[in-house]
Amino acid sequence: MTDVITFPEWQDQPLDEILFQCRELLDDPSYPTVRRWREAGGKVIGHFQVYFPEEIVHAAGALPFKVRGGPVEATQAESRFGSYLCSIVKTSLELVLSRHIELEMFVTHPICDAARNLAAVWGRNFTYPCQILYLPQNANSAHAVEYLRGEYDRLRRAVQDVTGTEITEERLRTSLAVFNENRALLRDLYQIKRESPWLVAAEDAYALMAVGGMIPRQEHNVLLRAVLPQIRERPAKRQDRIRVVYEGGFCEQPPLDLIRAIGRSCYVVDDDLLIGLRWILADITADRDPLLSLAEAYLERSSYSPVQHDLRKPKERMLLERIRAADAQAAIVTAAKMCEPGLEEQVAYTRALDDENVPYFVSEFEENMTSFEHLEVQLETFVENILFD
Amino acid sequence: MADLTTDTTIVGRGNKDGARLFREWFDGLTQAAAEERGGAYVFVMGSLVELLRTFDLPIVFPEINSLQTAVRRVAHEYLNEAEDYGYSPDICGYVKADVATQLRGGELPMGRIPKPAIAVYTNACNTYIKWAEIWERMYHVPTFTLDVPGTRGEGAQTWRGHPDFENDCRYVQAQLQELIPLLETVTGIAFDIDRLRESMREANTMSRAWKRVLELNQARPSVFNALTDGTIFLGVANGFRGSPEGARYFEDLVEEMEYKSANGIGTLTDEQYRLIFVGVPCYPIFRRFSEMFTELGGNFVTSTYLRFASGGTSWGFEYDLDHPIESLAEGVLISVRDAMDNMFFQTGILLEMFDTFRADGIVYHPIKSCRTVSTGLADNRRALMKERDVPSLFIESDMMDRRVVSEAQLKNRIDAFFEGLAARRQQAAIRDP
Repeated sequence: MTDVITFPEWQDQPLDEILFQCRELLDDPSYPTVRRWREAGGKVIGHFQVYFPEEIVHAAGALPFKVRGGPVEATQAESRFGSYLCSIVKTSLELVLSRHIELEMFVTHPICDAARNLAAVWGRNFTYPCQILYLPQNANSAHAVEYLRGEYDRLRRAVQDVTGTEITEERLRTSLAVFNENRALLRDLYQIKRESPWLVAAEDAYALMAVGGMIPRQEHNVLLRAVLPQIRERPAKRQDRIRVVYEGGFCEQPPLDLIRAIGRSCYVVDDDLLIGLRWILADITADRDPLLSLAEAYLERSSYSPVQHDLRKPKERMLLERIRAADAQAAIVTAAKMCEPGLEEQVAYTRALDDENVPYFVSEFEENMTSFEHLEVQLETFVENILFD
Repeated sequence: MADLTTDTTIVGRGNKDGARLFREWFDGLTQAAAEERGGAYVFVMGSLVELLRTFDLPIVFPEINSLQTAVRRVAHEYLNEAEDYGYSPDICGYVKADVATQLRGGELPMGRIPKPAIAVYTNACNTYIKWAEIWERMYHVPTFTLDVPGTRGEGAQTWRGHPDFENDCRYVQAQLQELIPLLETVTGIAFDIDRLRESMREANTMSRAWKRVLELNQARPSVFNALTDGTIFLGVANGFRGSPEGARYFEDLVEEMEYKSANGIGTLTDEQYRLIFVGVPCYPIFRRFSEMFTELGGNFVTSTYLRFASGGTSWGFEYDLDHPIESLAEGVLISVRDAMDNMFFQTGILLEMFDTFRADGIVYHPIKSCRTVSTGLADNRRALMKERDVPSLFIESDMMDRRVVSEAQLKNRIDAFFEGLAARRQQAAIRDP
């Protein structure tokens, strides 16, 4: 494990500057944090959205890098794919083809039909190991935890081969503790969003969370530990905006400008943006078999998304619960263009919201869209209808 | 030259009997719907019909129903209806045709299908899972995801004795053992392991025969068209798996194809080019699509579709009837995994096909509706051409939605492809006289 600080820009800066640096990092196609990590001799394992047991990679001393598309034109990747695909699949490949990011291993998941293809596409273009982590899709089988424990062990062996570092139970326990802390800090951030959303702009909260997928997690913990108290102490005042839950950011991410545009008329009090970073809802016990604990947490103490089928968690019911828990007045239900699971879920979400008389705003987005005026006008009209109803 | 006067009781029997079985199947479904008996909704990749049959459930394949609406040129009506209901133009056309079918009370051009009593599906296609969620919401019936882990990376298949294979196999078996009591509850019928054995015996016969049928098309001239005739065979392979009718049909089919092969009876009067089809057929103009190739002397000798859309039956796994549950788990794991490999990890598979079928070219047909099959095709073609000098054609359309099917554009591309094949042959003749 390298001790390099990959994201020094925020240190010793005032809060606004820290938040600015986080936003800048997200939009920087040169991925300076990953570059610095590699320059210090560190290895990088890329994992595609949504959830990945990053603890296993962390325990090997490597950097788990969340592959989630990026601010690049998919000029080379375009020729590797068909026409009718979401943007994240293309820009993710572009990042590696154009060497914005260099990896030692790539892992994707069967979250959707396009993402599952990535292991094969990636594997035909790079010589390093590219594979699918088969997270269980029968979450209701009594055998799913045991299966997943075996699958995580398979991953552990593959990561060991790539990094040359033995992933012992002890190292795993240390990593679990780092990630437990990280998730607790993110829960704090979301508590602020729910309780006093005027203290942190939607795009700032997002940027603070999202940089976690690009820097070592212990570094992210230091950042959050420093920033969260400062946010709580801000002298900001509540404004006349409606409280909304944003849904549809589980995989491809909306551009920061879109989140900012929403934030101008709404308080985003909860969302599913980068839900994989917050998938596990409670601390994972580290006192017994760590891989088993990790597997159990994935299935038994986790959030929801359109790409996980679990009879205990019907998505529309979960969305309604999220809205109630956040005391939101409305929902913004989006889907990335060409995202099949997201678009399919929109139908169920909107019907459930209709049944419960929850106002909602439906939209599609693309990670690299640049024009938001039309959407903003529509959203303002929607908000006014609620405010003056 | 083919001698078509020879034994007409054999030649053409597969297509005739296939059509008859299909009619009978739909008559049965229509009757089940009239009697308000719930069906088992399943999919082609890992249907588990061997098991479901033992619970006397009418078997409904929504994918097959949907493609039939396209072949019968009414798909657009169904798609429009589902889009009016809220489904995006950018999602799978099969799903939308089924949504409209359900909204119409099961009405289809071929008959009426019963409502689901249960849905059983694998994860071979992620859309299966999202699709079943729709029925869950519409009917509040049990849905069961049989999770079958696939190959983790190119060439990384594991087998019996390997710890990763054993982990996967235990998981599949445990799920089967969870499914059986659920089926007992849904149907009120007690599980009968001997009936399962019987059904698996019939499935074994079919698997053996299906593998043989596919091999027989290595004959020159080829004995069937993998695109058109193959789709009929696929229908029977799915709908009648595990039944005596299905087993007999495929035994007869082997006899027919062996007869044709022995007597040099092909599908075209003059087979000029032997082609491999990759992707899903263009059902909205199914016959015309095929004719665009056959009119120029091209015949599809094999396809990845015949492999993955038969749920990997083509792999030829035969169950051990002394250990039915264990063997069912292993067979489902290996077969469904093979189906997935034929969609995701195709490079080696296609090169082998190209050699064994002595093919002249490969036609890639990605479609808007299906990202499972289509996402990696362009890259696969690039990798394949890097590996070997293989003539290939890349044409994009859809399996359901005629709005994205441009016949004129397809024809232009196909004509140019054949011109290229002809030029290549001429150059070879000059080079190696």
